[in-house]
Amino acid sequence: MSAQLAQYLLSGLTIGAIYALVALGFAIIYNASHVINFAQGEFVMIGGMATVAFAGAGLPLALAIPAAVLGAVAVGLALEKFAVEPARGASVVTLIIITIGASILLRGLATLVWDKKLHALQPFSGDKPIELAGATILPQSLWVLGVTLGIVLLLAWFFGRTLTGKAMLATSHNPLAAQLCGINVRFVLLLSFGLSAALGAIAGILIAPITLTSWDVGVMLGLKGFAAAILGGLGSGAGAVVGGLALGIAESLGAGYLSSAYKDAIAFVILLAVLFFMPSGLFGKKSAERV
Amino acid sequence: MRTRLFAILAALLLAAGAAVAQEPIRIGAFLAATGGAAFLGDPEQKTLELYVEKLNAAGGLMGRKLQLISYDSAGDAEKARTFVKRLIEQDKVDVIVGGSTTGETMAVVPLVEAAGVPFISLAGAVVIVEPVKKWVFKTPHTDRMACERIFLDMRARNIERIGLISGAGGFDKSMRGECLKVAPNHKIQIVADEAYGVRDTDMTAQLTKIKNTPGIQAVLNAGFGSEPAVVTKNYRQLAIGVPLYQSHGVASKEFIKLAGDAAEGVRLPAAALLVAETLPEADPQKKVVVGYSREYTTRFKSDISTFGGHAYDGLMLAAEAIRRAGSTNKEAVRSALESIKGYVGTGGVVNMSAQDHMGLDVSAFRMLEVTKGDWVLVK
Repeated sequence: MSAQLAQYLLSGLTIGAIYALVALGFAIIYNASHVINFAQGEFVMIGGMATVAFAGAGLPLALAIPAAVLGAVAVGLALEKFAVEPARGASVVTLIIITIGASILLRGLATLVWDKKLHALQPFSGDKPIELAGATILPQSLWVLGVTLGIVLLLAWFFGRTLTGKAMLATSHNPLAAQLCGINVRFVLLLSFGLSAALGAIAGILIAPITLTSWDVGVMLGLKGFAAAILGGLGSGAGAVVGGLALGIAESLGAGYLSSAYKDAIAFVILLAVLFFMPSGLFGKKSAERV
Repeated sequence: MRTRLFAILAALLLAAGAAVAQEPIRIGAFLAATGGAAFLGDPEQKTLELYVEKLNAAGGLMGRKLQLISYDSAGDAEKARTFVKRLIEQDKVDVIVGGSTTGETMAVVPLVEAAGVPFISLAGAVVIVEPVKKWVFKTPHTDRMACERIFLDMRARNIERIGLISGAGGFDKSMRGECLKVAPNHKIQIVADEAYGVRDTDMTAQLTKIKNTPGIQAVLNAGFGSEPAVVTKNYRQLAIGVPLYQSHGVASKEFIKLAGDAAEGVRLPAAALLVAETLPEADPQKKVVVGYSREYTTRFKSDISTFGGHAYDGLMLAAEAIRRAGSTNKEAVRSALESIKGYVGTGGVVNMSAQDHMGLDVSAFRMLEVTKGDWVLVK
């Protein structure tokens, strides 16, 4: 029994790390602009598909991956420059709908640039399973967990110790005050989109060898990453990570012990439950409006 | 004056007669050329195009050219309905060959039954022809035959207790139902029964449950689409150790490509087409399958699949029926289809009848094993 539990936990952690990366992307953009970027899932898709395309064209993986991440970052910057910035004064709902439209556009472009088929990416270091506490884990899963940990630490250092990172945090607390302090708020917004795109792309590349990638993987991953971000408290970095891992584990345990056919529903049941009972999530600040 | 009128009338009649004679025979098709079932619909589309072209080059049917009108339903039952409506009402086709997936096929059955258009489906589930519907035929082997063929092979390896894992699609549910139904006839006990969702990307939870069921001797994945490749990869990751059987729904090189090394040793029932070159010369299907296999690979420079073979059979059966009927009268073509016996296709030898609108039996299925990334016939 405990070997089974170990297996569920390991699978859950692996996919949870991916949800955490996607959720971080949501958190960073939300912090900078109070916009929920529903095209976040598409960055994940672009990361995976672009790497497959570059690798298929003959580039070694070590070059294909950075190239794909840069491509996703370029798309993220373009999204901010051409879709979000011109509508800066609009209401938040309008901006959200713009990002939804952008996600549909990106999916359509993906089918034109690449194709509608499923693609497998070769694992980074082979696919011989490793035994761990009676369960088996793929080497790729170790990559996922390791890289995610590295990124979380990197972001913690970036936001806590560098001037640019602190400027981004300042903008998230109070954009007007930040502007008055001389922080280029427009640049911060651009940077937030670029950073989120990079995070999403890395998540997509890490998971592609395990789950296969195609033009529409972004839909589910984006929505579940969003659920994880809400679970953790929208805007909180720690919340995004905890929410992602918790969601991944909950999904895996639910599929194992409750019903495997309704695995996808678990993420959305959690989302509904959080929005009903605990809207600010696990780590979110309870917001109070001053009237 | 009267001779002038007469001449004009005669000319008009002649023109009308000529126009009718030049009317092409319209073959309608709706296939999942893109989407999750693209590895079915894409070879089907290519096959239909290639052979309509070849038939036309050989003079067409009854002196009339064939015209292929095909739409991409992308595996979506709703789209399939819309396109079949268009084929029947706007394009006024004479016969329909299509429906790559069970879901799409069953969605359009009411339409073709109401309109009275002969429809040859390219999908797998047994519900398509059982109970027999007047206007609906099919060329692929049924899922029930797949279950029986797999169970026969399992018994030959002394396997009794198996685990079953299937998905949420129409084909998956149908095949799971059939396997549960016929298992007792073959003394097979299904001791574990797990399910996954559409486009799921991680089945380790379900497979772990199966792995931990005592006495498991084999696992059958009654699935189709992209998920069986993931199941196969997860299967190897979990080192489950007992034989894995897949359904004929993944009898295509795409599956081997996606599953990679994990596919080694996987067995599945499939048409002789996949091992055309290694079939013994005396095999009744040898000539047809080698011919189709070479023509397809030469033209499209890609691997053949059984699905393209089903489309080939569908088109050839339709053409044979039209020839026998001597016209495109829908009722005549339908009766002619029912009367076809001994037709050697890529799927097997077809013997249609009023009660059997598929015409194949279990012997039409061969058991194949994936060896070194290619299909090998299991003796």
